[in-house]
Amino acid sequence: MVGMTTAKSFVLAIGTKKGLWIATSQDRREWSFTGPHFLMSEIPSIGIDTRNGRTRIMVGVRNEHWGPTVAHSDDLGATWSEPEQGAIKFPEDTGAALERIWQIYPDAESRPGVVWAGAEPISVWKSTDGGEHFELNRGLWDHPHRTEWGAGYGGAAAHSIVVHPARETVHVAMSTGGVYRSLDGGASWEARNRGISAYFMPDPNPEFGQCVHKIAADAAVDGRLYAQNHHGVYRTDDNAETWNSIAEGLPADFGFVMLTHPRREGTAWVVPLKADGERIPPNGELAVHRTDDAGGSWKRLSNGLPTGEYNSVLRDAASVDTAEPAGVYFGTRGGTVYASADEGETFTEVAAHLPDVLCVRAAVVAGA
Amino acid sequence: MATAGDRGQAAAPSITVVLPSILQPLAGGQSILTAPADGPVTVAELLDAVTTDFAVLARRLRDETGALRRFVNIYVDGDEVRRLQGLETEVSPGQEVLVIQSVAGG
Repeated sequence: MVGMTTAKSFVLAIGTKKGLWIATSQDRREWSFTGPHFLMSEIPSIGIDTRNGRTRIMVGVRNEHWGPTVAHSDDLGATWSEPEQGAIKFPEDTGAALERIWQIYPDAESRPGVVWAGAEPISVWKSTDGGEHFELNRGLWDHPHRTEWGAGYGGAAAHSIVVHPARETVHVAMSTGGVYRSLDGGASWEARNRGISAYFMPDPNPEFGQCVHKIAADAAVDGRLYAQNHHGVYRTDDNAETWNSIAEGLPADFGFVMLTHPRREGTAWVVPLKADGERIPPNGELAVHRTDDAGGSWKRLSNGLPTGEYNSVLRDAASVDTAEPAGVYFGTRGGTVYASADEGETFTEVAAHLPDVLCVRAAVVAGA
Repeated sequence: MATAGDRGQAAAPSITVVLPSILQPLAGGQSILTAPADGPVTVAELLDAVTTDFAVLARRLRDETGALRRFVNIYVDGDEVRRLQGLETEVSPGQEVLVIQSVAGG
């Protein structure tokens, strides 16, 4: 008898300094890989879009010689397409040129076809055709603060985009600049960094200029977001009007990753790094930390992870899937990728000896 | 000035652009692109002409401001154009232009 439920499988896309690998699995334990795709190009951003009855993998590609571009595949990487004129292209009047695509963010189910992108130089882009062509967000590009935004070590970029699934609220985080919020779908933006420290500036509590590394929204509590800062882990319960520290209980308040549960209130994951000088897992002991009470307490998760790990985990080199229980995935700059099918309680190594892992994205997809 | 629309006689003077093998798939598999030219043209005009039908190739060589990508080198009779007048360097009919990626990366 044919099963009554739709078959599901899992896709894990790993963007590295020298290409993309794509893995598929039925059980999140055994993975089959293809790759490298785009050999010798870095893949700093990936979006897996499971809306519209298909699985579209979009990647930001950057080649040291030939520049950046966006490509997409609707057949799990068997073939790739790239718009002739480029998916992301600065309008002539800006005088700017695209350097790197840092974020590709498919919008909610309720907005099929809408995909957002964050890029370097600091800019936000929106596509309404499934990621094939993007328009520059003029509201943010023309923001009076723009000339004062700075560059982190990796470049000056909008690297986090969080879109409310029902309202016109959009949060963006940039390094360095901090969090900006739009309440009108991106037409206008205001800095929203109250409570986030910028200890490296003369005024440690400026309106903007913070080095927020990653933000993520609580899926179940409206107006609640979490931020991993360049030192500091924060939560807001009022739509980013104010941020409060939730770093107590973590071995270090530095890191790049911030993940939230696809459905459950108060659940988030970070990967602490010792900083500012070292930027390695504290004492070389790699661990993920999860909170189940919105940052009130943290649980150290290291089952299956090695000791003696001296590579960092970058801001987009981590992902969750939407299964129950949720899967957690991350990769290191040493080219190892770990997966957990139980929300981080146990990890298994799914890949090793890859180039530096820059981006990891996972999804549950239809079909075997 | 040469443009893609110029379609001179077979014997008409032209300028050739030689592509590295890695870029040839973006030019329909061609290793040499040719632009008719009655007189000197700038390297920028030459690139415009030979990439008219190859938009992806054009984006690999120059960004959207028209600037030559940092690690793309273009040689005119053996001289890299950055040591000449950049993309404003003039090229004459009969000359050969080489596109070569620089030794970079790791």
